[in-house]
Amino acid sequence: MSIDSLDPDDVDAADILGSAIERREDPSLLTGDAEYTDDIQLPEMLHMAILRSQHGHAEIEDVDASAAEEMDGVVAVYTHDDVADEAVSRDGSLLIPTGWLLESLRQVDHPVLAKDRVRYQGDAIAVVVAEDRYVAHDATNAVDVSYDRLDASADPAAALDGEAGQLHDDAEGNVAFDWEIGDEERTAEAFDDAAHTVSLELENQLLIANAMEPRAAVADYHPGSDELDVFMTSQNPHLHRLLMSGVIGHPEHKLRVKAPDVGGGFGCKIHHYADEALVALVARDLERPVKWTSRRTEGYKTDAPGRGHITTAELAMDDDANITGLRVDTKANLGAYLSTFAPAVPTYLYGTLLSGQYDIPAIHASVTGAYTNVPPVDAYRGAGRPEASFLVERLASLGAREAGVDPAEFRQKNFVPDDAFPYQTQVAVEYDSGEYGKPMAKALEAVDYDAFRERQKEAREEGRYLGIGFSCYIEACGLAPSELAGQLGAQAGLWESSLVRFHPSGTVTAFCGTSGHGQGHGTTYAQIVANELGIPYEDVEVVEGDTDEIPQGMGTYGSRSAAVGGSALVKSSQKLVEKAREIAAHQLEADPADVEFAGGEFAVSGTDRSLGIKEIAQQSYLAHDMPDDMEPGLEATSFYDPDNFVFPFGTHVAVVEVDPESGEIEFENYVAVDDVGNQINPKIVEGQIHGGVAQGIGQALYEGAVYDDNAQLLTGSMQDYAVPKSLHIPDMETESTVTPCPHNPLGVKGVGEAGTIAAPQAVVNAVTDALEPFGVDTVEMPMTAERVWTAVNEQATADGGDGARDADAATTEEGGEN
Amino acid sequence: MAEHDITLTVNGTEHELEVESRTLLVHALRDQLGYTGANVGCETSTCGACTVHLDGDAVKSCTLLAVQADGATLDTVEGLADHGEFHPIQTGFQQEHGLQCGYCTPGMMMTATDLLEENPDPSREEIREGLEGNLCRCTGYQNIVNAVENAAETMGSGAVADGGSVEERAEGDAGCASGPSPGAETADRCEVRWPDEGESR
Repeated sequence: MSIDSLDPDDVDAADILGSAIERREDPSLLTGDAEYTDDIQLPEMLHMAILRSQHGHAEIEDVDASAAEEMDGVVAVYTHDDVADEAVSRDGSLLIPTGWLLESLRQVDHPVLAKDRVRYQGDAIAVVVAEDRYVAHDATNAVDVSYDRLDASADPAAALDGEAGQLHDDAEGNVAFDWEIGDEERTAEAFDDAAHTVSLELENQLLIANAMEPRAAVADYHPGSDELDVFMTSQNPHLHRLLMSGVIGHPEHKLRVKAPDVGGGFGCKIHHYADEALVALVARDLERPVKWTSRRTEGYKTDAPGRGHITTAELAMDDDANITGLRVDTKANLGAYLSTFAPAVPTYLYGTLLSGQYDIPAIHASVTGAYTNVPPVDAYRGAGRPEASFLVERLASLGAREAGVDPAEFRQKNFVPDDAFPYQTQVAVEYDSGEYGKPMAKALEAVDYDAFRERQKEAREEGRYLGIGFSCYIEACGLAPSELAGQLGAQAGLWESSLVRFHPSGTVTAFCGTSGHGQGHGTTYAQIVANELGIPYEDVEVVEGDTDEIPQGMGTYGSRSAAVGGSALVKSSQKLVEKAREIAAHQLEADPADVEFAGGEFAVSGTDRSLGIKEIAQQSYLAHDMPDDMEPGLEATSFYDPDNFVFPFGTHVAVVEVDPESGEIEFENYVAVDDVGNQINPKIVEGQIHGGVAQGIGQALYEGAVYDDNAQLLTGSMQDYAVPKSLHIPDMETESTVTPCPHNPLGVKGVGEAGTIAAPQAVVNAVTDALEPFGVDTVEMPMTAERVWTAVNEQATADGGDGARDADAATTEEGGEN
Repeated sequence: MAEHDITLTVNGTEHELEVESRTLLVHALRDQLGYTGANVGCETSTCGACTVHLDGDAVKSCTLLAVQADGATLDTVEGLADHGEFHPIQTGFQQEHGLQCGYCTPGMMMTATDLLEENPDPSREEIREGLEGNLCRCTGYQNIVNAVENAAETMGSGAVADGGSVEERAEGDAGCASGPSPGAETADRCEVRWPDEGESR
């Protein structure tokens, strides 16, 4: 079930939008010509390394950098006081801000270099700048730090229970916020009146993004002009520029942030870290270019992790297996400080998605944010929506089991009906469009569901345990509109900006404020613009990721690029066409209302008189014959602020075989049916689904950041943290349905996070379905062989020893538990 | 730190350079010689982004010292294409969408070319086994496996052992709204349904 790529030369211009053309980005990536941040070498460039805390939580008694300063090749060492600025904050610390505020939020100071306390293993204490990469790292080892260790905890429940030390004076009991959504009273009534209820205790474990390219930054200061260039691994250069400008006190218009080629992000390159602020500060101070490149082990201790929920969730049903209520209580790990979008992730990006694909009349969720001794937690692919989808879909399977209904039928019965859209949920959001039964029907057909249940029955008689798991997910992407985001606490707008510019010779450059890092925007945006302007695809160039080139932008995250950035490109193209229409009308001596535009040609209705848009572009720059009062040139800018989120949805189904003797899980099949609205390039959509599902399977089976009781990271390298390998991920079958978004001009919905949101619960539901004969109804993620085996045997023991298996506990070679 | 004069022949060009005892091969290639195609993704030999060929074998250049490669012949991603003509593995990756961010891709291709030399007709399972030392976080591997199969076919290895040929896999519903619908004239293009207000464009 693979889509064939097409050579763009073989595609008619009229068909370019929606065609699975090969990516134009690939040749440079395939030949080594690509330029990632660490590839950049500048004359006289210095290297920076960061000394980080060894402990999860400690007072700093003393920092002695004298030995490091004396080392050959070391240019400078900076500690807290060296970068302090009395004008900036209470104690002179330069502070990293958060970009999202909640009503009950207790904000805390986050200095770029620790002053007298470190709060996670990886907290920056000092930076060393040297002539050479190796010397810089050597010298960090020569900086002598005396610590006085404090109680630490990586666990949000423990931190809130007072088992950890108090992290911040401004956050009593380590509570960052208390937040709730929905109707508590009505939900309580639903549970009082329920015929069936099920409850689930779950942990949605902390994950590390593991973009293959570690974070990096190169800063270059020009003293003559006071201009400061920062090349960095960014998903949103304009946002980084804005935040960094405030942190280091550099005028925004003198600061340039450029994302060169970026090797994946998955959220962890959205946020503003102390690291890039320090590179910029040091380069400005020394007036020499400075490079910092994170090592992978450093990334494990500093890249913002995601998820980290401990949740109790309950589902209420009537005697006909209709869902009547959902109640959720979550403790969310925020880490040691507030990262850029951290407060939004376990609140508005989570609580608002708790209705899933279902018509649930009463929902209530309360979330407590906890400060703990792990790196600041923030968005990781899916960001809040996977946590919501996981618990809803786990409860759907448990609810079906409790009510004695088939899990597929239970879901179909409770779907929001097709005629109910736009659908107002009980958790604030209004779903734009959906036909939830369609992907489900396709998925059931793809796995031949009835036949599977027969095979499952036969296999069980032979002592083999097959299982099928459903995940009917909903997600919200393209967070908008700005006014709403502002009401919810966003300290930024969530529009997107674009500029489409004709050159006099008739080719086009399209600038967009998103910043792709593997999504193929150079290809898909050119497809959009070529289609709008009716010009050949190869005549459109796309530019992203540089604040010096693109007027404004908000960046790439939350699956927003096509829905918001793509729509902004449509808007700019349309404005440009309108101007061109007026020029054409003037030159064709017709009323603009009588001039039609199709296929790149302006034609006067009912005549054979026409002018091509490229010709108009040339005329607009010649400006010899323009309408009165019209300025020369042909370009247009737009700021597109969507009316609503977009709500992609779909059904994923995992089919597995579980060996209860060893706890091992084998995939028999994985089917993903996704509805992401119209597709600009189906091949790229397919690739996004594949990659997203792989990360979701990673969470289900392999991944997890594990800390000990002192908040020391135990999974601190790629040898300990199990990033899935090629043998860990099955071939998948991908299909789609198309329900266009009704409120954006492309009808697109977003695809970047769908797979990651959908997959974990499909796999967990499949494993628990397989183990139903053993009475197993839940296994915590990551479902290592050891955990699966333990679940089987604990249940067997609990059942009085019947069927208890005399097998040795098999442990996987990797997983979150080693 | 002791310095050593070494000679590396990279993609057919001989380079003389001075390195420290501790200089890693990947840094000699990237920082001293400017071959930035090999990337550093970890420091534990786990991810394979730094894979190059040393005397014809795929090695991880982040855990080899430059001095160990003294006198060796190295091949990097920069040498795969021949005067602008893609190597079949590059064509395979392009046609099968076997890359997204591209960071792991040079290493993947260097491992894959070594794999295909050892086994010109690998099954999908053998390809997955062969690529186990190279991590990708974007693609979920499926299109990478397709890319290697595609290259194997181009390089003249005949039928694919299992999972069907590339053509066979491409058959069937490409995932349009309701199968190959009237508006979807080919299996690789989905009909775009415009929302109502988009009709009067």
